[in-house]
Amino acid sequence: MPEYIIDVERLSYSYPRKSNVLIDVSFKVKKGEVLGIIGPNGAGKSTLCKALNGLVPHFYGGKFAGKVIVAGMNTLEHSVAELATKVGLVFQDPEEQLSGVTLTVYEEVAFGLSMLGFPKEEIDHRVREAIKKVGLEGLEWRSPFELSGGQTQRLAIATALALEPEVLVLDEPTAQLDPIGKFEVFSVIKKLADEGSTIVVVEHEIEELATFADNILMLNEGRVVAYGPARRVLTMVEELKKYEVNPPSVTELTYLLNKTLGTKLEVPITLEEAIKIYGEALGVM
Amino acid sequence: MPEPIIKVENVWFAYNEKVVALKGINMTVYPGELIALIGQNGGGKTTLAKHLNGLLKPQKGRVLIKGMDTRTTPTHEIVKIVGYVFQNPSHQLFASTVYEEVAYGPRNLGYEGEELEKRVKWALSMVGLEGLEDENPYDLDYGKMKLLTVASVISMDPEVFVLDEPTTGQDHKGRRILADLCLKLNEEGKTVIVITHDMRFVAEVAKRTILIANGRILLDGPTREVLTAIDVLRRAAIKPPQIASLSMVLKERGVDVNAITINEALEEFRKLFSAARR
Repeated sequence: MPEYIIDVERLSYSYPRKSNVLIDVSFKVKKGEVLGIIGPNGAGKSTLCKALNGLVPHFYGGKFAGKVIVAGMNTLEHSVAELATKVGLVFQDPEEQLSGVTLTVYEEVAFGLSMLGFPKEEIDHRVREAIKKVGLEGLEWRSPFELSGGQTQRLAIATALALEPEVLVLDEPTAQLDPIGKFEVFSVIKKLADEGSTIVVVEHEIEELATFADNILMLNEGRVVAYGPARRVLTMVEELKKYEVNPPSVTELTYLLNKTLGTKLEVPITLEEAIKIYGEALGVM
Repeated sequence: MPEPIIKVENVWFAYNEKVVALKGINMTVYPGELIALIGQNGGGKTTLAKHLNGLLKPQKGRVLIKGMDTRTTPTHEIVKIVGYVFQNPSHQLFASTVYEEVAYGPRNLGYEGEELEKRVKWALSMVGLEGLEDENPYDLDYGKMKLLTVASVISMDPEVFVLDEPTTGQDHKGRRILADLCLKLNEEGKTVIVITHDMRFVAEVAKRTILIANGRILLDGPTREVLTAIDVLRRAAIKPPQIASLSMVLKERGVDVNAITINEALEEFRKLFSAARR
């Protein structure tokens, strides 16, 4: 058993028509770890996600240098089909991920498994488990096209989970959702994280990410510009602002207060921490 | 009091027997307002917005644009006053160059020659896309594409801008550029109505906020009042901006803070901490 589920070493990549999308990217993800990936649009975040399940370079072609090892498999030496059972990829637009050929939520989750030829009992067991994990019980016989945005995105996660992947890769899973949808999807991600799933998630909702990410990696123009424990990266306020990434509001506020007023408040990364820190500082616990 | 630029009077609208999208909406907008429309998808925000430029007509009640009833006034008269920026750029963009995209609207309004060029130039400079006139709109990145859709409405110089979810799918830089753009249009005297799910954007940009759920207006007032109406927001499953949440908890404990943005909070906490030291 490898210690790391993901081991990316000095990965550089150019699409056939777009050069230097990733430059010398290295990081590792341990089993059970949640890695958040942040950075401006066009930084290479989605390309990196596609490199984790082999779509880059197998599907897109282009120039690939370095090494991506997922669940012990070098992505260059394994097909996307093989890698698909190890890496569950969920994209931004919930509707585009539906197979379009199934009539019910249950069938949609079962679809990948039946294509891979799993026995019927195993499929049934896994589908029920996956639907339970994302909280879609009771909607098994609903049409996938009659779901809300948040429900459709949870269905996409269930479809990925049914294959029991070693790692779940989520590329801006909440970007297209309304507040209820965002809440639903973040709740599922947090639950999966608590249960020990290994997760890589690209997000612009930094305040949410701060509540569950172990490590954070920031990309800018294809390069890693910050990488480490979530608290360390999110409190690098100047650095984040330089790349036009907003830290959590309470983090930025406290950093600016300390800087301009000379206060020595501990810098929070979540609302709960901020309430405690400000409550204590103002004597109203 | 100036004359309202938009008056929505007891408007009802149903897409079919089952889906009643608007259930008696009343809303008055004065020239120069900057308003955020918030609420979950399916609540009626976009349906209401599409009533403001005559894309949809009320089945009951009426919408008056500068006193003109949208049911009896030709739509091409209404769209001169109210410009609508769609959520999905690919629903709006169609020309083969950025220039042509922005020139289309004013050309249809009868502008040509120097005046047309002046309008296109002005619109592109408002959104910071000068120099990209000859690019194909579909070669632009998503953020710039969105800005182009706004420019193609700016060039028609309407008095009211309705922007449907401009912040969705944007990174932080894109959100900041759109926030600045809304403020700039407003400073130029335009009335701006923005549909958004980004509460930080709402707190930093909108002066007035309207919360719509299940076809009804739940809240309508100054942004600070709406974003701190915790009980109603909770019922509508809307999370206030982080700073507003922090303020509300501390306020409950007797601290005098009302901030909803980082800048406001900086001011207020500066005073509180300085007072505590003395």
